[in-house]
Amino acid sequence: MNGPHDLGGRMGFGPVAPEQDEPVFHAAWEKRALGVTMCAGALGHWTLDESRHARESLHPADYYASSYYEIWIKALEKLLTRHDCITREELVTGRAQGVAHRDILTADRVPAVLGAGGPCDRPVATDPVFAVGQPVRMRNLNPHGHTRIPGYTKGRRGVIEAVAGGFVFPDANAHGKGEQPQWLYTVAFTGEELWGEGAEAGLSVSVDAWESYLELA
Amino acid sequence: MTHDHDDGHDHDNHMDPMTARVRALETLLSDKGLIDPAAIDAIVDTYQNKIGPRNGARVVARAWSEPDFCEWLKRDATAAIASMGFYGRQGEHMKAVFNTPQEHNLVVCTLCSCYPWSVLGLPPVWYKSPPYRSRAVMEPRSVLAEFGAHLPEDVRIRVWDSTAELRYLVVPMRPEGTDGLTQEQLADLVTRDSMIGTAFAEAPR
Repeated sequence: MNGPHDLGGRMGFGPVAPEQDEPVFHAAWEKRALGVTMCAGALGHWTLDESRHARESLHPADYYASSYYEIWIKALEKLLTRHDCITREELVTGRAQGVAHRDILTADRVPAVLGAGGPCDRPVATDPVFAVGQPVRMRNLNPHGHTRIPGYTKGRRGVIEAVAGGFVFPDANAHGKGEQPQWLYTVAFTGEELWGEGAEAGLSVSVDAWESYLELA
Repeated sequence: MTHDHDDGHDHDNHMDPMTARVRALETLLSDKGLIDPAAIDAIVDTYQNKIGPRNGARVVARAWSEPDFCEWLKRDATAAIASMGFYGRQGEHMKAVFNTPQEHNLVVCTLCSCYPWSVLGLPPVWYKSPPYRSRAVMEPRSVLAEFGAHLPEDVRIRVWDSTAELRYLVVPMRPEGTDGLTQEQLADLVTRDSMIGTAFAEAPR
């Protein structure tokens, strides 16, 4: 979706303002927000792609006014009700109606679960369509659902720099349509191609693009 | 943090909105048997105390010191980094990119905040925020200058936008005057920002 999250090349957000000796968390609630989000994700009702889509689907005014962990919590509330883990009434009242008996992430299993991660590489039955060195164009796709095409690359010509392997296709996986793995490519663009006249000299930018995002140029 | 509310004092009236919202959600999910608060403690402890940029610094220091490891890191960063015990969530598919006198690398995620947790820990706020995400792909030279990193004009900049599940680790150039330092001493020079690409490795004191 052409959502508020698609920030590459947008203007007006001001300086980066790095913080000296930044703490890992800035408030106690951020710790709980991280943990609640990860524990709820471990229930297995949604994929990482669906959770990313829940975050980018916040209203743009809400997205830009929220800190990152605020975005996480607002998206988590949507995911929990969408997948019937909790009801709207429970969310509003804060009172649990009934107890679920499920296999949940317990403290003793945290090291193993974090250590295992969630690899997303998958076999793909067909051969890669594109080869290293080939010129390609990012297709001008504008789906309403989840996609990982950054807006600033649409219609732009780049070069295949690497065939990164077969990977779960987020545009499908975010919407309960299965993993539908595709070949993933690292595609490099020149600064001039992306930003035109006045682009910073000596700049190139790469993105990782699934096969169906690309066409021959 | 304590979860004891039974002290005859209504804290809810004094909580900021996000503290109240997250506490209510955690309590609800815990009461429903969907989460274990002790698991949250364990997750927080992991990212506050166990996994952080020291992991990545040790990878870089080893790459500076051992040519064979450096080659392995170039060829298969996931395996080379995992061999040092650094693997797991948001580090499942790693790629190391190497700064040279001709080219400087910078990592961003314009679409969310993808970041190599297994080697750098959780991302700093600026990495997740709109100013960096919007500008890093368009005007990286001026972004670097805001970090106090001034690149010579003839050095090219390569920006890696982490749009998929590959996670990028920048291997900064080894500073001058570091011959004979141990890997532990070298790792002290490798800052988090130098492995994102918004800084250089530090000079030895």
